[in-house]
Amino acid sequence: MLTYISIFITAVFVNNIILSQFLGICPFLGVSKKIDSAIGMGAAVTFVMLLSTIVTYLLQAYLLTPFGLGYMQTIVFILVIAALVQMLEIILKKVSPSLYQALGVFLPLITTNCAILGVAILVIQKEYTLVESVVYAISTAIGFTLSLTLFAGIREQLQLNDIPKAMQGIPIALITAGLLALAFMGFSGVKIC
Amino acid sequence: MNKLKIILNGIITENPTFVLLLGMCPTLGTTSSAINGMSMGLATMFVLMCSNVVISCIKDLIPDKVRIPSFIVIIATFVTVLQLCMQAYLPALYESLGLFIPLIVVNCIILGRAEAFAAKNNPFDSLLDGIGIGLGFTIALSLLGATRELLGTGRIFNISIFPEEYGALAFVLAPGAFIALGLLIAIVNKLKTR
Amino acid sequence: MKSNMLNMVAVLTTITATVGAILGGVYKLTEAPIAEAAARAQEEAIRIVAPDFDNNPIAESDTIESHGQEIVIYPASKNGAPVGAAVKASSRNGFNGEISLIVGFEQDGTVRQYRVLSHSETPGLGAKMEQWFRTDKNRQSIIGKHPEKSNFTVSKDGGDIDAITASTITSRAFLEAVSNAYKAYMNKPIDAMSGSSTHTSTDTITQPHNEEEVTR
Repeated sequence: MLTYISIFITAVFVNNIILSQFLGICPFLGVSKKIDSAIGMGAAVTFVMLLSTIVTYLLQAYLLTPFGLGYMQTIVFILVIAALVQMLEIILKKVSPSLYQALGVFLPLITTNCAILGVAILVIQKEYTLVESVVYAISTAIGFTLSLTLFAGIREQLQLNDIPKAMQGIPIALITAGLLALAFMGFSGVKIC
Repeated sequence: MNKLKIILNGIITENPTFVLLLGMCPTLGTTSSAINGMSMGLATMFVLMCSNVVISCIKDLIPDKVRIPSFIVIIATFVTVLQLCMQAYLPALYESLGLFIPLIVVNCIILGRAEAFAAKNNPFDSLLDGIGIGLGFTIALSLLGATRELLGTGRIFNISIFPEEYGALAFVLAPGAFIALGLLIAIVNKLKTR
Repeated sequence: MKSNMLNMVAVLTTITATVGAILGGVYKLTEAPIAEAAARAQEEAIRIVAPDFDNNPIAESDTIESHGQEIVIYPASKNGAPVGAAVKASSRNGFNGEISLIVGFEQDGTVRQYRVLSHSETPGLGAKMEQWFRTDKNRQSIIGKHPEKSNFTVSKDGGDIDAITASTITSRAFLEAVSNAYKAYMNKPIDAMSGSSTHTSTDTITQPHNEEEVTR
């Protein structure tokens, strides 16, 4: 149990996927102008990250490794993620139109979200078990949602400020993200053994 | 279209990092030193050139509905080739760039250029576009890497400029990546409006 | 091009098959160089840290499992006589996770040289350990010191080694890994999760069990 808590704390705070590992920066900068859309994106990422990590983990364990096809990892994983996102879109549209309305716009953006592929590869590299991988995927997604929402909150306030013209938009957003990353550095070294 | 113009377009007018703001993850993640940033830029450039040429060659044979999956498979292939070759001949570099090598697959620049340029132009122009955009990316990453390395450790490409004690360590760490890139883009914006 | 079921399937199959064949070929071509590069890196590290040898330490290596940690001893001998060893050990108590290193010992256990193999410590702080503990300045070097004649803990914990500025946790983990390597080399029990702070320095210097070393 302690291992799982440790994985959780590490993935959410200490090695936050965006602020210390630099994965998933595109949605972080792109979908962070409003808190609502930030939360929607976070939910969609959580969903896809969990599903894709389970599927890719099983594929790696029962197909790629036994047949010595480890070198096909990148190609297989990206196809699985792309197919999964597509399928999810179709299923959601049929089964739950309301959920589709909430998440639908974010789904196509997720295929090229490197956090998803990153996590799928990372759990293999870290040699996690299936349960650990699931915990890691959920925690990472929570960490993603947390920093995205925090960031969106700050950016909403930022709109009211008088910012030099050259700094408007992405530059000031990046510097804000830098300060947020500085704050998250306070968590480094925290660990539960 | 003038051939030189295609290359310059990628480096200046449509610089992927400073103007199009694409491929931010490797830009921030691998630029803790100038040499790392440059290597990542060159690795991406290799994949971009290969995928641009191949996609441009076979663009007329691919049905519209499976265009994107086909492009992704082609890009992923070149990424894997790059991965295997780096592991074999440049293991130290492969180690230091780590996860960001397989993640070239999801770099929006590559799929973006495949869609926006290679799917509409001939193979030679696509190669030039790959070189241009690739160089633009490499220059941007080297510049960011050099800035961070200089401010953080007082060195550029491992050549000491000022004593390490005066460096602001934060620039080598995560926050410095965001702040340095933000400032560089602001400077580019300022230059553009002049 | 217009899509219909037939050409979609045909195109995707062709692409996948071609790609599979290409990747299989490249993999076959690079398989040997990749294995070679890994072996060379390992041999180089051993050659740097261990005393001059003429045997094959990798072939004669001995792996010890202790508290879930793997310690590998690469014995070095010259003209048939043991001259020391390179020992690969690790500590999980680093600031950001595991620190893995390889330490070379003279026959009597004096630290000869070390190399950090992998770590995820903070660049510019903990990552300095790659140079710090072999720079002959103040009391920060461990080279030429004997883990039982000197106290291999940081000065803050009453030891004889200066910790890296602002990176005491990294320094502790580093010294822990070195101590574990030493104990494995000397064939001593390794304490569970031994922080270097629990390491007790003894004034009595035990000689290495030479006979055991040879037979192991």
